[in-house]
Amino acid sequence: MVEVNLWSGLRDFTDGQTTVEVEAQNVGEVLRGLVKAYPQLEPVIDAGVSVAVDGKIIASGLTEPVRPDSEVFLLQQLKGG
Amino acid sequence: MGINEKITSDFKVVGTRPNRPDGVDKVTGRAKFGADAYAPGMLHAAIVRSPHAHARIVKIDTSKAEALKGVKAVVTRADFAEGLTGENWNILENVMASDTALYDGHAVAAVAATSALVARDAAKLVEIEYEQLPHVTDVDKAMAPDAPVIREGAADKSVPEGLHPNVVRYHDSGHGDVEAGFAEADLVIEDHFKTEATHQGYIEPHACLAQLGPDGKGEVWCCTQGHFNVQKVCAALVGTETSQIRVTASEIGGGFGGKTVVFIEPVALALSRKTNRPVKLVMSRSEVFRATGPTASTSMDVKIGMTKDGKITAGKGVFRLQGGAFPGAPMEFTAMCAFAPYALENVHQIGYDVMSNRPKQAAYRAPGSPMAAFAVESVIDELCNQLGLDPIEVRLKNASKQGTKASFGPKFDRIGLVETLEAAMAHPHFSAPLQPGQGRGISCGFWFNHGGETAVSLALSEDGTVALSVGTPDIGGSRASMGQIVAEELGIAYESVRTTIADTATLGYNEISHGSRVTYATGLATIKAARDVVKKLSARAAAKWGIDEEAVIWEDGCAKPAGPNAGEFEPLPLAKIARSMGRTGGPIVGHYEATPEGAGVSFATHIVDAEVDKETGQTKVVRYTVVQDAGKAIHPTYVEGQFQGGAAQGIGWALNEEYIYGEDGRLQNSIFLDYRIPVASDLPMIDTVIVEVPNPGHPYGVRGVGETSICPPLAAIANAVSNAAGVRLRELPMSPPRILEALEQQAAKG
Amino acid sequence: MSMIHVTTTVNGDEVEFLCDPRETLLDVLRDRLALTGSKEGCGTGDCGACSVTVDDRLVCSCLMLGAEAEGKSIATVEGIADGEELHPLQTKFIEYAALQCGICTPGILVATKALLEKKPDPTETEVRYWLAGNLCRCTGYDKIIRAVMDTAADLRKAS
Repeated sequence: MVEVNLWSGLRDFTDGQTTVEVEAQNVGEVLRGLVKAYPQLEPVIDAGVSVAVDGKIIASGLTEPVRPDSEVFLLQQLKGG
Repeated sequence: MGINEKITSDFKVVGTRPNRPDGVDKVTGRAKFGADAYAPGMLHAAIVRSPHAHARIVKIDTSKAEALKGVKAVVTRADFAEGLTGENWNILENVMASDTALYDGHAVAAVAATSALVARDAAKLVEIEYEQLPHVTDVDKAMAPDAPVIREGAADKSVPEGLHPNVVRYHDSGHGDVEAGFAEADLVIEDHFKTEATHQGYIEPHACLAQLGPDGKGEVWCCTQGHFNVQKVCAALVGTETSQIRVTASEIGGGFGGKTVVFIEPVALALSRKTNRPVKLVMSRSEVFRATGPTASTSMDVKIGMTKDGKITAGKGVFRLQGGAFPGAPMEFTAMCAFAPYALENVHQIGYDVMSNRPKQAAYRAPGSPMAAFAVESVIDELCNQLGLDPIEVRLKNASKQGTKASFGPKFDRIGLVETLEAAMAHPHFSAPLQPGQGRGISCGFWFNHGGETAVSLALSEDGTVALSVGTPDIGGSRASMGQIVAEELGIAYESVRTTIADTATLGYNEISHGSRVTYATGLATIKAARDVVKKLSARAAAKWGIDEEAVIWEDGCAKPAGPNAGEFEPLPLAKIARSMGRTGGPIVGHYEATPEGAGVSFATHIVDAEVDKETGQTKVVRYTVVQDAGKAIHPTYVEGQFQGGAAQGIGWALNEEYIYGEDGRLQNSIFLDYRIPVASDLPMIDTVIVEVPNPGHPYGVRGVGETSICPPLAAIANAVSNAAGVRLRELPMSPPRILEALEQQAAKG
Repeated sequence: MSMIHVTTTVNGDEVEFLCDPRETLLDVLRDRLALTGSKEGCGTGDCGACSVTVDDRLVCSCLMLGAEAEGKSIATVEGIADGEELHPLQTKFIEYAALQCGICTPGILVATKALLEKKPDPTETEVRYWLAGNLCRCTGYDKIIRAVMDTAADLRKAS
């Protein structure tokens, strides 16, 4: 299981939880796991999110690996000028 | 094999300063920009824009315009695709209004005619009946209970109940217990800050030449930061297939985020489809100001606690960003960047995305971050002043470093903030004496940077030279950097590489040139494509020598046997392999397609001295130093250029530039005379220090540099001005009337 | 509306054109004479990207009518290089990276060439004020000013 940290604004969709444990070996599975656990997260994830895995901010790659002890944070999607 | 399997550090070409390959074109007037394209049979277009801030479109009568001699077509919203959803709907609504004009300058119709003059005349003959609606342009007023609603139902589910419908997105993040943190502090300061919207201010107005035939095949020539995005959006908005629209990016006369957006290309395509002729559409400067990309304006509250010895105990920020009549103000970046430079145990940030009757905000260099730095770094400066602490020592004491839990959540990888602070402290500027009337300000700044979808191709010519095709428009000299990278990897002369921005039919999808991603991501893809070429060259040499491919190495532009065991062969230079490639297996082309993740965040520290004339309220920036982590500077001169350009734009934002709306909700300063960007006589030389703390996510250690340079200036200048004037300035721009008002208020207080 | 016939000299060549009385000199240069080196950044004389000289006087070509060019001698960025030989200013601008996007470069080169012809030894302040009518959004002007000062020094040495 991987512990995923959410930004606190998402508490309304996760029964107040800001961390969610999911079964995942990559970023895509993290996102699918989150939606499975809390379906209300689906529109947020569909609108676009980034995932930080051990400090590396992954803007789009679903195949990036995640280990059980990885530090995983869901972030709002990054863009730039 | 990971993307970082070979980390290079002993460079021959990378780190040097060769002349840019497009230099001669650009000093002779030969370079072709957006408006420099002409086609046989071409028509000229003009857009009809709303003169109202908010109005229902009751009726559009095009008959008089159509009757004018030379007019070939008029289009309205009815000429675009129906049934779009999500961001495509938002883009179309901005490109051409449906039933409501949402801001002064919103496009309502467009005309194509045989000359630009006739098109402009015809635009005036399009008769539109409006029913004016109440409007709002200020961020705080747009959130107030009595504010007119821009669009019901625009808010997403993140918005807490009870907020005005104009609040369309919400962000809340942080960690620890800020109240406990404030209780530990010896001094807590809370302040309110406001910044006005500014425009990216590129000197080249948006321009395009487009053609769309009855066969559904289209061509677009335009100035854009991302032609693959133009292709995708145009296809959706005019209702055709993406691959049938071929887009070529012209030279681009500045973008800074503002040309990541599609405004006119779908309009030109719709007019072309109606007339079956090429259509050229060029915005006027006033259209650029009224209808394209300003930044968000902000209203912010920041509270920070500090101990007597300079430790920050807690930070809290509330950031309200107005982003025009559509969702998308980058409040989450404002929130996430605000406290990123500091290692805080207790931090809490809240963001609101607020709609108003203004043009749809667009990215501008590190969108959202400069405003956050302005508020946070002003409070830190005030804390330092009141506690009698050195501003750099305090920042060093609290600086984020590798392993720090960032204010936005995860732990930082290798970062270079401490190195920029130390370099700033060691710089002669920091210890130089100030003249009477002058004040010094410093500030840190942070930006995430970005990778993104990237595809490049590298083709060898028979004479041993190389054509590199990339899909990211060159907005700051990237063709020079890419040429250096190819020369470095292949061991050939920089001059033997020609880099082209290929059109959308030539390469796979390339994300926009944004997020400071080009030198990082296109550079990484270029390294990989060059290594692909090396592999193929080595295979040809191996075949010739009758040895294993693994027994060949590439060194100094030649294939060589890896060691004595591989056999005794004369090194084979690239040009020799290239000459016979047609007979040894065919053309040699290297390529790479990926979405590199690992852009590496970046930090900067700026030092500025400002002189305030207390009689007139006029501020002069007298000395400016930029210190920034570039990871690895491929072409140091262009890195310096990014540093200097970001600082100059920040100076304009801090001191002069602002969108001024009248009571009627119309923009009052839509030309460069009234929207005053810095001119040569406003600025000093801008000193630069390139710090190089390698990014672990890039084979050379490159970090993006384009955006971070605009993060510290607003705060650094505000701190300098406040220290010079003896009164804290909390609102941007710090124009002479604002400074005089602040001085008067302080005098009244005694 | 009837067109006006104009005879003028551009970069040393005599040219003739017909133009609408409302067309600016910039419109004529770009749309009728195919000299697209001069750029329109504002159309109101504020940005200087359209700078040309008319009888050796620096003007914004967006503020002058095409019809007013009758009998005048006009010089644009396309005429700065002498055949394949770049003007020293052009060489220095490339060497110093005094341009990023390059949209303001034609106007800045025309303006600085006019300055150095009038005043071969300007101070930095004089260069900055002379160029105050030429907006550049990319560079912060630093490298532009250095390129101009260095060109001026070289030209003085050469003369």
